[in-house]
Amino acid sequence: MFNPENKTMGQYYLSHLKELEAEAIFIIREVVSQFEKPALLFSGGKDSILLAHLAKKAFYPAKIPFPLIHIDTGHNFPETLEFRDALVEELGVQLVVGSVQESIDKGRVREETGVNASRNALQTVTLLDTLEDLKIDAAMGGARRDEEKARAKERFFSHRDEFGQWDPKNQRPELWNLFNGRKHHGEHFRVFPISNWTEMDVWQYIKEENIALPSLYFSHERECVVRDEVILAKSEYLPLKEGEEIQKLIVRYRTCGDMPITGAVLSNADTLELIIEEVATTRTTERGTRADDKRGETAMEDRKKAGYF
Amino acid sequence: MSIQENNQLLRFTTAGSVDDGKSTLIGRLLYDSKSIFEDQIEAVKTSSEKKGFDYVDLSLLTDGLKSEREQGITIDVAYRYFATPKRKFIIADTPGHTQYTRNMVTGASTANLAIILVDARKGLLEQTYRHSFIASLLKIPHVVVCVNKMDLVDYSEEVYNKIVADYEAFSSKLDIKDVQFVPISALKGDNVVDRSENMPWYEGSTLLYHLEHVHIASDFNHIDCRFPVQMVIRPHTLEFQDFRGYAGRIDGGIFKPGDEVKVLPSGFTSKIKSIELNGEQISEAYAPMSVTMTLEDEIDISRGDMIVRPNNQPEVEQDLDVMVCWMNQKALQNRTKLIVKHTTKECQAMVKDIQYKVDVNTLHRIENIEEIGMNDIARVSIRTAQPVFFDSYSKNRQTGSIILIDPNTNETVGAGMII
Ligand SMILES: Nc1nc2c(ncn2[C@@H]2O[C@H](COP(=O)(O)OP(=O)(O)OP(=O)(O)O)[C@@H](O)[C@H]2O)c(=O)[nH]1
Ligand SMILES: [Mg+2]
Repeated sequence: MFNPENKTMGQYYLSHLKELEAEAIFIIREVVSQFEKPALLFSGGKDSILLAHLAKKAFYPAKIPFPLIHIDTGHNFPETLEFRDALVEELGVQLVVGSVQESIDKGRVREETGVNASRNALQTVTLLDTLEDLKIDAAMGGARRDEEKARAKERFFSHRDEFGQWDPKNQRPELWNLFNGRKHHGEHFRVFPISNWTEMDVWQYIKEENIALPSLYFSHERECVVRDEVILAKSEYLPLKEGEEIQKLIVRYRTCGDMPITGAVLSNADTLELIIEEVATTRTTERGTRADDKRGETAMEDRKKAGYF
Repeated sequence: MSIQENNQLLRFTTAGSVDDGKSTLIGRLLYDSKSIFEDQIEAVKTSSEKKGFDYVDLSLLTDGLKSEREQGITIDVAYRYFATPKRKFIIADTPGHTQYTRNMVTGASTANLAIILVDARKGLLEQTYRHSFIASLLKIPHVVVCVNKMDLVDYSEEVYNKIVADYEAFSSKLDIKDVQFVPISALKGDNVVDRSENMPWYEGSTLLYHLEHVHIASDFNHIDCRFPVQMVIRPHTLEFQDFRGYAGRIDGGIFKPGDEVKVLPSGFTSKIKSIELNGEQISEAYAPMSVTMTLEDEIDISRGDMIVRPNNQPEVEQDLDVMVCWMNQKALQNRTKLIVKHTTKECQAMVKDIQYKVDVNTLHRIENIEEIGMNDIARVSIRTAQPVFFDSYSKNRQTGSIILIDPNTNETVGAGMII
C-alpha cells in the first residue's frame, strides 16, 4: 500500500512535498466547489503541467471538470505546442486556445515593433477577452510566490474587479484554510494552488511522481543568439541586430515563456537528477532569464494590476 | 539551497511594531542562509544606492510592492521560502502598522511559530502586546521574542534583561506554551544565523538554530476524527459507473478502511470502504492529507457534511461563542448579519451579543459596548441559520475556526476562534 507518511516515535506527519500536494489539491477542489465556471490557465511550462497533474489527482477517477486555456502568443516553442496537445489528449480534457494573433487582427491590440518587440504585454488583453467570452469566474494559474517579489504578496484566492485588475493594497484577508470566493457579478478570481511551492519543490515532485515534461527543460544543442547576456533561441520571431551571430550552444530552459524573450541557460543537465543538482547550486532566480521582468523594478506588479496572470 | 526530499515543514510568521526590523530580519535570515540569488541581491543593492542609503536595505527583499518600497514599510504579507539541510521553511513577513493588523492575522493563522520583534531602544509597545495576544489567541504553539537593534544599545545585557523581564510579566497572562528570547541585530547579523561576538554574555542558541530544532511534534489533532466533505466525485464513465467518492481534507484523527463512521448532519452510519488518491490506496489518513473516501453504503452526502466516528463527535450547535478579530472599517454591532464560513460549510448568521472587548495592553475586559471597530478583539455570540459541527479552537485549529463575510460587499470582515 501507498505510504506517504513518516512515522517516527508514533508521530504522524507528511513530508513537505506531500503537505504541499495536499494543500494544492484542497485548493483545486475548493475552486470547483465554489465557482460555476473555473478554468486552468495552461502556459505549457512545468508549473502548469504540474498543476494539470495535481488536478488529475484531485478528481480521479473522474476527469478534470474544467477546460485548460492556453493563451497562444504565436511565439511559442514548437515543443510546447506538441507537448500541450499530447497532454490534453491523455487527460481527456477540453482545450481552449486564445490567440494573440487574432486580437491583433481584430485590432484589440497593437503589435510592438523593433528588435526587442515582445507579445508578452499583449497577451493580457487576449487573456481577459477569452475569460470574458467563456464567462470564466475562476482562472487557476501555476504562479508561485518564490518567483517574484510582487507574487510573494498575492493570496491563493486573488480577487479581480470587473476590469480584471488586482488591487495589491486591498486584498482580502485569507485565514486558515477558509477561502472566500464570493464575488459580485462580472468579477472573477485568479487562484494559485501552488503558491507555496519553490522551484526546488517542483523539480523534486516532478521526479517523485515521474511527470513528463517538454524536451526544452533538458540539456540539448540549440542555435542561439546572446543578447545583453541573455541566451535567446534562434527563431523567425527574433530579428537579429547588426553584428549578432548565431552560435550552437548546449543549453536548457528553466522556464518556458515566449521564444524571443525566454533565456536559456548553459547546461549539461539532461536528467531530472542532474537538474535538481543544478537547481540546488544555481545562484540566480528562474525569472532572471526573462527579459519581460527586466523592464523596471516593479514590472511584474504593474502587469499584474492590469490583469496579467 | 538544500535538496532534502523528506524534510519537515515549519511555517513561521513575524510580528511586532512598525520599524522593529521584521523585514530586515527576514532579509538577513535569507541572506546569511545563502537563500538569496545573485540577481536578487544585486537588485536590492542597486535600489539601496538609488535611495542614498549607506548600507544594503535587506527589507527590500520582502517589501515587494511599489507603495511599500516608497514608504519603507510593509503593507501586506510577503511569503518567502528557504531550506536548510534540517528543515523547509515558509515565512510570512507581516506588517507592523495597526492599520494592517488584518494582514498580520492572515500571515499568522497558519503559523507553527511566531517571531515577535522588539526594538531594544523602545521596549514593549502596544503592537507588541496586540500581536502577542493575537498569537496566543491563534494558538501558535511557539513564540520567539527577538530583541532587535542590539547594535544601537551597545549590545547591553541590562537592556536585554529588562525587556525579557517585561515580556515575561506580560506573557504569563497569555496562553503561550513555549516562549524563547534571543538578542539580535537584524541589520548586522548578530545571533541570526551566526553567533554574535558582540554579546559573549548570551549563552542561548542563534535564531536559525532554534528554528531548525524547535519541536513541532504535531500541530494537528490526530485523535478526534473529522473529515469535512468538500465535494462528491461521480465519474459517469463505464469503467467507474458506480463510483461515488467523497473528496476532502482530513481535519483531525486517523481514518482507516474498515472504520465505522457516522455522517453529520444526517446521522447515518456506514463503514469506510476505501481511502484513496489518484487510485492509490491509503492505509491510514490523517491531517492535513487530501483524500477521496468511499463508503460501504449509499448514503446521501454532500458538500458541508462531515464524516466522523460514532463514538467521538464534534459539537453540533447553532449558537457559537467566538473570539473575533474584526477587520473592517464598518463596525460590528448587535444584529449585524453575516455569512459564516466554517470548514466546507457556509451559512447565514447574526450577531446576538457582544460580550466584551479586550484591552490589548492590559488584557482587561471592556464590557457593555455597543460595537467593535477595526482591529478590535472581542468575544461575541453568533447564531447561525443551520447547525455547525465544530470543536473548540483549542482542540482543533481547523474545525474550531470561522471567517465572517459581509453579505453585501462579500469581503472577509472577521476571523473567529470558537470557544
Ligand atoms: N541599527 C539597526 N537598524 C535596524 C536593525 N533592524 C532593522 N533596522 C532598521 O530599522 C528600519 C525598519 O526596518 P524594517 O525591517 O523595515 O521594519 P519592519 O518591522 O519590517 O517594519 P513594518 O513592516 O513596516 O512594520 C530600517 O531602517 C532598518 O534598516 C538592526 O538590527 N539594527
Ligand atoms: Mg516589514
